[in-house]
Formats: sequence, C-alpha cells, structure tokens
Amino acid sequence: MNAPKEAGLAERASALQGMGESRLRKEDARFIQGRGNYVDDIRMPGMLHMDIVRSPLAHARIKRINKEQALAIPGVHAVLTAEDLKPLKLHWMPTLAGDVQAVLADEKVHFQMQEVAIVIADDRYIAADAVEAVEVEYEDLPVVIDPYAALAPDAPVLREDLAGKTEGAHGRREHPNHIFTWEAGDAAATEAAFAAAAVTVKARIHYPRVHPCPLETCGCVASFDPVRGELTTYLTSQAPHVVRTVVSLLSGIPESKVRIVSPDIGGGFGNKVGIYPGYVCAIVASIVLGRPVKWIEDRVENISTTAFARDYHMDGEIAATADGRILGLRTHVIADHGAFDACADPTKFPAGLFHICSGSYDIAAAYCQVKGVYTNKAPGGVAYRCSFRVTEAVYLVERMVDILAQKLGLDKAEIRRRNFIRKEQFPYTSPFGFEYDSGDYHTALDKVLAAVDYPALRAEQAATRANPASPTLMGIGLVSFTEVVGAGPSKMCDILGVGMFDSCEIRVHPTGSAIARMGTITQGQGHQTTYAQIIATELGIPSEVIQVEEGDTSTAPYGLGTYGSRSTPVAGAAIALAARKIHAKARKIAAHLLEVGENDLDWEIDRFKVKGDDSRFKTMQDISWAAYHQAPPGLEPGLEAVHYYDPPNFTFPFGIYLCVVDIDRATGETKVRRFLALDDCGTRINPMIIEGQIHGGLTEGFAVAMGQQMPFDAQGNLLGNTLMDYFLPTAVETPKWETDHTVTPSPHHPLGAKGVAESPHVGSIPTFTAAVVDAFAHLGVDNMTMPHNAYRVWQQLRDCGAAL
Amino acid sequence: MIPPEFDYHAPRSVAEAIHLLGELGPDAKLLAGGHSLLPMMKLRFAQPTHLIDLNRIDDLRGIHEEGDQLVIGAMTVENDLIDSPLLRARLPLLPEVARQIADPQVRNRGTIGGDIVHGDPGNDHPAIALALDASLVLAGPGGERTLPADGFFLGTYMTQMAEDEILVRIRVPAFAPRTGYAYHKLKRKTGDWATAAAAVVLRLDGGRVSHVRIALTNVAPMALRAHAAEALLLGQALDAARIDQAAAAVMAICAPADDLRGDAEYKTAMAGCMFRRALAQAAARCA
Amino acid sequence: MSKKIVKVNVNGRVLEKAVEPRMLLVHFLREECNLTGAHIGCETSHCGACTVDIDGRSVKSCTHLAVQCEGAEVLTVEGLAKGGVLHAVQQGFYQEHGLQCGFCTPGMLMRAYRLLQENPDPSEEEVRAGMSGNLCRCTGYQNIVKAVLHAAATLRAARAAAA
Ligand SMILES: Cc1cc2nc3c(=O)[nH]c(=O)nc-3n(C[C@H](O)[C@H](O)[C@H](O)COP(=O)(O)OP(=O)(O)OC[C@H]3O[C@@H](n4cnc5c(N)ncnc54)[C@H](O)[C@@H]3O)c2cc1C
Ligand code: FES
Ligand code: FES
Repeated sequence: MNAPKEAGLAERASALQGMGESRLRKEDARFIQGRGNYVDDIRMPGMLHMDIVRSPLAHARIKRINKEQALAIPGVHAVLTAEDLKPLKLHWMPTLAGDVQAVLADEKVHFQMQEVAIVIADDRYIAADAVEAVEVEYEDLPVVIDPYAALAPDAPVLREDLAGKTEGAHGRREHPNHIFTWEAGDAAATEAAFAAAAVTVKARIHYPRVHPCPLETCGCVASFDPVRGELTTYLTSQAPHVVRTVVSLLSGIPESKVRIVSPDIGGGFGNKVGIYPGYVCAIVASIVLGRPVKWIEDRVENISTTAFARDYHMDGEIAATADGRILGLRTHVIADHGAFDACADPTKFPAGLFHICSGSYDIAAAYCQVKGVYTNKAPGGVAYRCSFRVTEAVYLVERMVDILAQKLGLDKAEIRRRNFIRKEQFPYTSPFGFEYDSGDYHTALDKVLAAVDYPALRAEQAATRANPASPTLMGIGLVSFTEVVGAGPSKMCDILGVGMFDSCEIRVHPTGSAIARMGTITQGQGHQTTYAQIIATELGIPSEVIQVEEGDTSTAPYGLGTYGSRSTPVAGAAIALAARKIHAKARKIAAHLLEVGENDLDWEIDRFKVKGDDSRFKTMQDISWAAYHQAPPGLEPGLEAVHYYDPPNFTFPFGIYLCVVDIDRATGETKVRRFLALDDCGTRINPMIIEGQIHGGLTEGFAVAMGQQMPFDAQGNLLGNTLMDYFLPTAVETPKWETDHTVTPSPHHPLGAKGVAESPHVGSIPTFTAAVVDAFAHLGVDNMTMPHNAYRVWQQLRDCGAAL
Repeated sequence: MIPPEFDYHAPRSVAEAIHLLGELGPDAKLLAGGHSLLPMMKLRFAQPTHLIDLNRIDDLRGIHEEGDQLVIGAMTVENDLIDSPLLRARLPLLPEVARQIADPQVRNRGTIGGDIVHGDPGNDHPAIALALDASLVLAGPGGERTLPADGFFLGTYMTQMAEDEILVRIRVPAFAPRTGYAYHKLKRKTGDWATAAAAVVLRLDGGRVSHVRIALTNVAPMALRAHAAEALLLGQALDAARIDQAAAAVMAICAPADDLRGDAEYKTAMAGCMFRRALAQAAARCA
Repeated sequence: MSKKIVKVNVNGRVLEKAVEPRMLLVHFLREECNLTGAHIGCETSHCGACTVDIDGRSVKSCTHLAVQCEGAEVLTVEGLAKGGVLHAVQQGFYQEHGLQCGFCTPGMLMRAYRLLQENPDPSEEEVRAGMSGNLCRCTGYQNIVKAVLHAAATLRAARAAAA
C-alpha cells in the first residue's frame, strides 16, 4: 500500500516545480524570440534623444562653452550646461556616499570624459552631430592620477567646491584630497599580537581598477507629463526604489508621482546600482522640454564614466607562530575613489564590508584602516559582482596567507587547514565583530583536494620544476573564501537612511494561481523562476501559475534592489515569510472547511489533510476559492500577504577553489588547465541556475584576473576604453569549469539559503593569482599584480631569468 | 558612436568606381568590407563626405588560376579565402592566415584588398603578401599598374597606392612542390590583432634552405620583410646556431610602438619567438 | 544629405524605406523595422550582440550600412521560429540554460543558426571557435556550447528522420 502513495507524493511534489528542482527558466521565452524589453527597446511618442558633450581632459577649467553651432543644426532642441541647471539647483547632486557630484561640470572638469553639456535632438544621429558641434574651451590644470601623490602636502587641490570643509560624511578630512579614514578591529590588541609573534610578513597588494562592463550599457527613457505632473522613467537600475527616492528628493516631485521602472536589464554586476548624471540630465531635459527623452550610453562612455570597481592599494601584514598559526592581521588601505565619492555602500560603511578580511581563518586580533582619496579619475567604486568590497578583502587575506606559507615553507593547503575556523566554532564571532552563521571549511577543503588528487599535482609540479628544459611553468592555486552577503540588518545597513530590508507581496487568486511582487530586480539571475519555486514549495501552488513581477515602483513594494547577492538572502526570506503568512491563513480556512481544529490538520505538499484520515483534505486550490467567498466568520476574505524582511544577520557563503595553470615560458601566456570550484551557499533553490551563476562568476573572475585593466597615462587619459582592449574573454579563452558543492544551511535564514551568484567572482580572482604566483614560487616570487596577461607574466619570467 | 553624414554611391564596375573617385575627389573614400573604415568613422577619426561602395562590383571578387599564378579579387572576403579549395591546394598559407583574423562575422565582410591597402601595421595580410611575393594590381584613371608587395608599404596608413587608384587584384605565385609555410600570431584573445606575428615560407634542398621568405606583423609602422634573416638562412642547414642568428636578425629590425599589448622589448622578443615557431613548423612541412 | 530608398527582405517581408546613407543596419532594424532583437553592445564590431544573417552569412549589423542591404535577404532572431515552433537553436538555449540576462542571446542564436549550417556536426572546440565573435558576460559560455551542441543533435536527428 505504501509504495504507490509515496510515488503519488513525489509526483505531486515534482508537479509543483518547487525548491530544489532544476526548473527551466520562465524568462527565456521572450529572450530567445527577440521579445525582451530592454531600455533601448522602449519608444514613446514624441521621444527625443539626448547625447553628452564630454571633457577630453582630466583636470581643467572651463573657459567658455559655445552652443551656437550645435543649436543651428536642424532637429536640435536644446543644449544645456551647468549654467542652465543652476536655477533648478540640479547642477550638483548628492551621492550615495555622502558626497556631491557634478551633474554637468560646474566651472571645472575633474576627470576625462566628465559630462560637460547635453544636447537633445530629434534622433540619435542628429544628437551625435550636435555633440561634435559644441565648442568648449578649457584651461589645463595639473592632473593627479596616483592616490599616494594626491595626499602629498603640495598636491593640487582637486575638489575646490569642498574648500575649507574639514568634516566629511565619515569624519575629519586631513587633506583637501582626503575623503575619509575608516577603521575596524582592535589596533592595540593587534599590535600586541605582532609584538609577540615569531614570524611576521608584510606586502603591498594592489587590486587594480576594473569595470563591470555588462553587455548592455546604462541608459534611460525619462517622460515627464507636465499636465499631470508625473514623471515616469525607465532605466537600467539594479535598485529602482532607491532611484525613485533620490529623484523625488532632487526634483521636488512627490515620490507618489515618480514611477521608476527597471525593465529587462542586460546584466548589471554593480554597474547599474549608481545614479548617474546621464539619468538626471535626461529627467531634467524631459521636464524642461515636456517630452520623453532617451539617453543610451555608448561603450566608451560606459567604460570611461559609469562605475569602476576596486582600485585598492592594500598594505597587508600577518603575524604568526613558527608553525603557521595566524595570530594577527593588519591592513592599511589607500582607496582611490576618483573625483567624486560615489561608491554605493551602506551608509555607515565607506569601505563596504572590507572588514570581512579575516577570511575563513580563526584569527585572534585584527585591525584594518581604509583611507579614501580623490584623484582625477571617474567616480564609482561599485561592488562588481560581489558584496561591498568583499572581493578586495578576500584577495588581501588569501594573498597574505600564501605569502606566509611561502615564507614558512608550508604547503598552501596545510596552512589553511591549520587556521580554518572549525565547524564546532560556529556561530563564530570574527575579530571584526561579524557573526559567521555557519560553515564547514575542513570538509570542503578535503573534498576538493581529493577530487584533484592534490599530492599528485604537487608531485607533477616538482618534476616540472626539476626539468630546466620544461617549456612551461606549472602553478597550483588554492583559495578558501568566506563571503558576507545579504546586506543587511538595518541596525547596521542603510542607504540614504533607508534600512536595507527587502520585501514581497503575494496575492493568491480565487482560482489558485498567484502573483508575487518584490523590491528586487533580476538582471539575469532568473528571479522569475526561482522566486516562484520558493512560493510553490511554501504554498503548494505550481510554479507555472505563479507570476513574479519586479522592477516597477508603482506596483512593487519598496525594496533596496539586487546587488551584493542580497536577493535570495533578503528578498528570498521575505518571500518565504509572506508565503507563510498566507499559509497560516489557509490553514484557518481549511480547518473551517473541514470542520476540524487547526491543530488537527497536517500540511502535505499542496494540501491540508485531517490527521489520520487521508480522504479528508483541502488542496491549496480549494482553499484559494474558499478564501474569496467562504472565509470563516471573523476572517477577512482574500488570500494575500506582504512581508518586509529585515535580516537578523548577514549570511556567510563560502567555498574552496583550486586552479592549475601552465605558463608558456616563451610568451608568458597562461593556460588554465583545470579549475574546480566548490561552493557552499546553504540551501539550493534551483541547482541549474546556481550552476549557471557560478559559471558566469568564474568567467568574470577569469577576465579580471587575467586581463581586465583600466590604465591611465600621466595626463589622465584612460587607455583602452573599447572592447578591443578591455578584456572580455570569448568562448575560446574561457576555461572549462568544474563545480561541486557542500550544503551548510544558514541557521537564521527562513530557507537556510545564503546567496551564490557572487561567490565565484570573489573566490576565483585570488585563485588565478595564486596559481600564477605559485608557478613562480620556487623562483622566490610571492606576489604579482593583476592582470596576469601574457605581457606582464613574461616580464616576471624575464626578471626571474626563466624566460625562454 | 554614429558616423558623420556622407553620400553613398554603389558603382557596378571598376571603371565607374574610378570615375567617381576622380570626380568626387579626396573627400571620397572607397568602402570595402567596412570593418576598418566604419569603426573609424563612428569614432569620427575619418569623416569622408562620399562613400563609394565596391561591394556591387562582381569582377572584384573571386579566386582563379592563371598558370602558376593565383589571382585573387581585392573584394574577396576572408571566409572565402578559408573555403577556397584552390587556395587550400596551391597556397595553403592564405586560408591558414585568414582563419587567424578577427572572428567569423568579421571574416564575412573584411576583404583581403581592404586589409592590405588600409596600411594598418596590425593587419595580417600585408606581411603575408610580402612572404608570398605577391603583386598588387592597381587600377587608376590611366589604366592598370602592378606593384610588388615588397616596397608597397611605406608606414602606418601609408602605401604606394595613389588616391585615385583602386586595388583590383592580388597575384600570387602558387607554392612550388614541397614548400613549407607557417604563420604564428601571438594575440591577447581570439579576434585580436597580433601582439607580434611572423610568416615563414620555406623550401629545403638536401637539408639546406633553397628558398625562404620571412615577414613580420605589428612590430613596426608597417609590415616588414626580414631580408637579413633570410640571407642568413639561405643555402644553410637549419641548425640551432643559424636559427639563433636568424632570430636575432629578425628582432634587430623590429621597431614596435608601446601599447597595451606590450612594450617594444616584449613585442620584439615575441617577434623572435613567433619567427622560431613559424620556422620550425614550416621546416616540418617541407617534406 | 539625401536619403536613399532601400528595398530589403527582412524575415520574409519585403520592405521599402528611405534611409540616410549613414544609417547603420542595426538602427534600421531596431528603429525603422521595430525589430529590437538585435542589440548593441559595443558598436566596434567586437561583441556580436547585433549579429544577423544577410544572404546566408552572419554579419555584425552595427558595422554594416542599411543602404548596403538593397536587394538582400536579412534574417533576424524574430524570424527564427516558424509557425509558432521554436527553431532548434532556440530550444537548445532554453533546455541547456544557455542564457541569463538575455542581452547577447539574439546574436548568439543567429550565429549558432548559421554555424550549424556551415558545420552540422561540430565538436565542442569548433563550437567555441565558431561562436568566438559573440561575447557573453553572464553565462561563462559552458551552457551556450551545450545549447549549440544540443541544437546540432536535434537538427541531425530531424534530418535523419526526413531522409
Ligand atoms: C573586431 C575586429 C577584429 C579584427 N581583427 C583583425 C585581425 O586580426 N587581423 C587583420 O588583419 N585585420 C583585422 N581586422 C580588420 C578587418 O579585417 C578589416 O576588414 C580590414 O582591415 C579592412 O578590410 P575591409 O574590407 O573591411 O576594408 P574597409 O574597412 O572597407 O576599408 C579600409 C580602407 O581601405 C580602403 N580600401 C578598401 N578596399 C580598397 C580597394 N580595393 N582599393 C583601394 N582602397 C581600398 C578604404 O577606402 C579604407 O580606407 C579586424 C576588424 C575588426 C572589426
Ligand atoms: S554592437 Fe555590433 S558587434 Fe557589438
Ligand atoms: S546572457 Fe547576459 S550577456 Fe549573455
């Protein structure tokens, strides 16, 4: 009797396509038929096009702007400069980091490609011609590119608008080009640990400036209706509600009359968190002209101006015992923020969550200090596929642990094993005060080492090293990382004073289908698929009939958006808890219909049944119908719930990555022979999507480590601002990825899920560096700066006398 | 990135194109595959007021034999070089090179003629034309003239071609039996221009070099033929010391510009390395 | 500058429109023909998001003039499915999770469509090389390669069944 019943249950469960199923993606149908709806696909009647006049110089005073020629071109409607925005008080705007940023350059330009004027024309062709026709006369000013030079006593003052302002948003400013100094940990305890240690190591670890470079650039269509006084803007935003709040504050239009829509987004990776001058200008232009205005960035503008990431100069130090037990960690960072502090971090954390830099290790004492500095570069400092500054932190600690291992002659797996936080120590309070929720690092490490036969790899490496004629050097990179995601508990995290909760509203319709709306926005993560799976499991409604909507502020509940891997940890929890509210009400209705007490009911996949009597049950579909006309007395009709989830803590996904490279001693080219990524993101909602996210993150990590760079010359010109030079790997260069996982659920998350999409980026970058450096370890090299392109690796070969 | 305004002309014959070119003057530009010209126009580095599109002139396409010569229309696209049975049989270096240029879509538009006359030192065909001893047939108002590729390239974006001329054909002697060949191109990623590249065409007679041509891409303002290295190898056996000398001679003529692909030291070293690899492969193919 | 009349067959429909000579094909398709499947990712012919099929060849429509299409047959992603039935490459991308944000997808599909006619039985390496003119920032390509191989197998099976 038992077997068929079990089969029936399994069948019913799988019909729901709930959590744990590799459900195919609901969003694909439109994309594979060319029916996506990205910002540049949107056209409105009477729509005009905006283009931007940009500065060719990195630091200069604007002497004169002549619009005449441009205005004379037929089809040009307006040319606006800072002078024109001044009366509206819109020539400057506040940044998310407590600074101000010029919307259009006000008297001087601070970085190459800064926005100087906008032109609005009938179409994008005319607008492009008009940009060429605007004449701007500049007077050169001395350019500061190096953040250390920026802090020199006699350095040119970059931000004249801040003259005399000694208090910044994060405390005292010590120098006109200094933004903030932020610290965490215990300096004195760390000093004591260093004083007592048998061994210390120190290194300058530079994490160069890179750009997230999603395939779709930024843009918007702003439409102000002068009759109704309403503003609708479609824009490429990872956080539409935040944009609505900022736009309302800036423009004075009540938030209720501002509607921000993030339609389909062609990848974000942190590039689309910020609020850029281009958006503001398009909105202003629409208000001024009373017509819809479209602005779409081109690729050069994208790479040059919207949202760089990283650019951290980190001085790391570790103190340890002679057998490699780490006693203390200390870091001083110079953070190059560019010309305006427009980082997108939680307000209280100008260096994001950089203080996760004690990593996966049990370290008694630690201290870090980050100094933000202005230079003549574009603003940004976004979390490029990572939680705020976590990539930098993981990179630092993993480099330092390898450097320590090399100094001690310890194997790189062994040093990690000796220092890992042990399973039984969780929840573990880090020396910086984070409470790590759960983890099992030793098991993950052992699994990876066994999968690749680590001793055999090391033996092969020894043989390669012993052969002077070997055409290649072999390197093995091993990294463990702990991410901190799901920002965040509002007691710690806010943006512009709004707590970093997220939200979900679910409505179950009478016929048993449902619609759910969230404050997040997918940019490829497949929310429409996975969110429905959570609801399916929680409520027993098939995923197929659950509609998920995001990104429209006029329908979705307030949310802080999608970045920092926060969607599953925060919005995912909001969904589960909203569903549970509905579940509780459904139970009441079922009890009423079945004429039993609520406690006499058992929940089974998609129905409540009377304990001990399989024949008496009400399915979720029956209950939905009843909710609308047969609700128990005293209960409101309907079946809906809203939940705002303020997480009690962050979540801490982790992983162990291993990479094997072969370096061509003649050319410096690095071939990734093998890459194994083991991730633990807690409960897995859709394994297919997780796998896809990991492939994508690893590939971005590969791009960063092996080729992406934003070099500036002494005049502040960004070298390489098209896809010819900015490295986006093709299918040919991209390594083949191997993945594995362990599952250590988060104890405080309603689903046990931790978030995943960014781990592979955070974890893989130091792994590639570790592998490349390891290839040179026997030659006395313990660190190399990214990107590890053939040219730079060859220079290392040459310097070691290892080039062929 | 929007190109500036221009007028568009689509002549049906070479004569018509030459006439237009003369009539419209220096503000007119020929449009072949457009994969160098259109990006330059979008960046407004080039602002021609007339484009004369060569794509409607059927005579400019195709590959045929004339005795020991292969004749390739200037408008033949890279993928047609790759797919040509004639080239595979009689001049296999060309398909092998074309496969290393750009990507499949670009190869459907980019032409061998445009690649040669554009004068970009990063383009691959100029060095190949040198290595293959190609001749370039130019048509102008006064008729046709034929120039050897060797000597055609004068500097970045500078060639012997006059402003009123059109490259119509490329004539290349087919490989003699047992000709070895190779093109080694170091690039940052698939589709990129060369950091440095070297072509070698080689014949051996009784273990000694009886014919050799060596040409280099992107290590000087224009494609280079390595005459001194050729002279060092001619008549000699390919022993290690000779190869070292030849590689040194190759590197000695390099004068690359520093850029994100590398500095002069790296590119010069890579020219030597690509040469060694090309020579080794060419020698192995001589059998 | 005077406009030129261009007569072109797009997805089986003949259109006749007056365009500026400088109008890029991608803008013509997106703005004049309302076919927004082809996307613009780089404008310098590096990313392939704008890939369409012109007279049986894959072309980056950002580096092609609309006027050059006089008399040509252009196929875009919108024309791939026939009679409401997805093409095998579309089905392959869906089944193998070959897309995330979807921005590169139309270009990928159009290139895969043509690749499988050029080479109906490609190896994994041949797929990677054949798709090397198309960049994806989301997927890491592994599932795109699977998707193309999936489509190749479907098409081969269909041909075998028809034979
Ligand atoms: C992403 C990308 C990668 C590339 N990678 C490479 C590479 O690795 N190696 C490489 O060699 N090239 C590469 N190229 C260049 C590409 O192959 C171009 O197609 C080539 O340089 C120019 O050929 P075209 O037919 O496109 O010429 P066009 O761009 O149309 O013309 C180029 C110039 O030559 C002139 N011209 C063209 N044909 C003639 C003719 N018959 N007579 C007289 N003048 C003429 C034009 O007036 C113009 O000034 C790449 C291009 C791109 C976009
Ligand atoms: S937009 Fe055409 S190749 Fe990128
Ligand atoms: S799916 Fe986003 S770029 Fe490919």
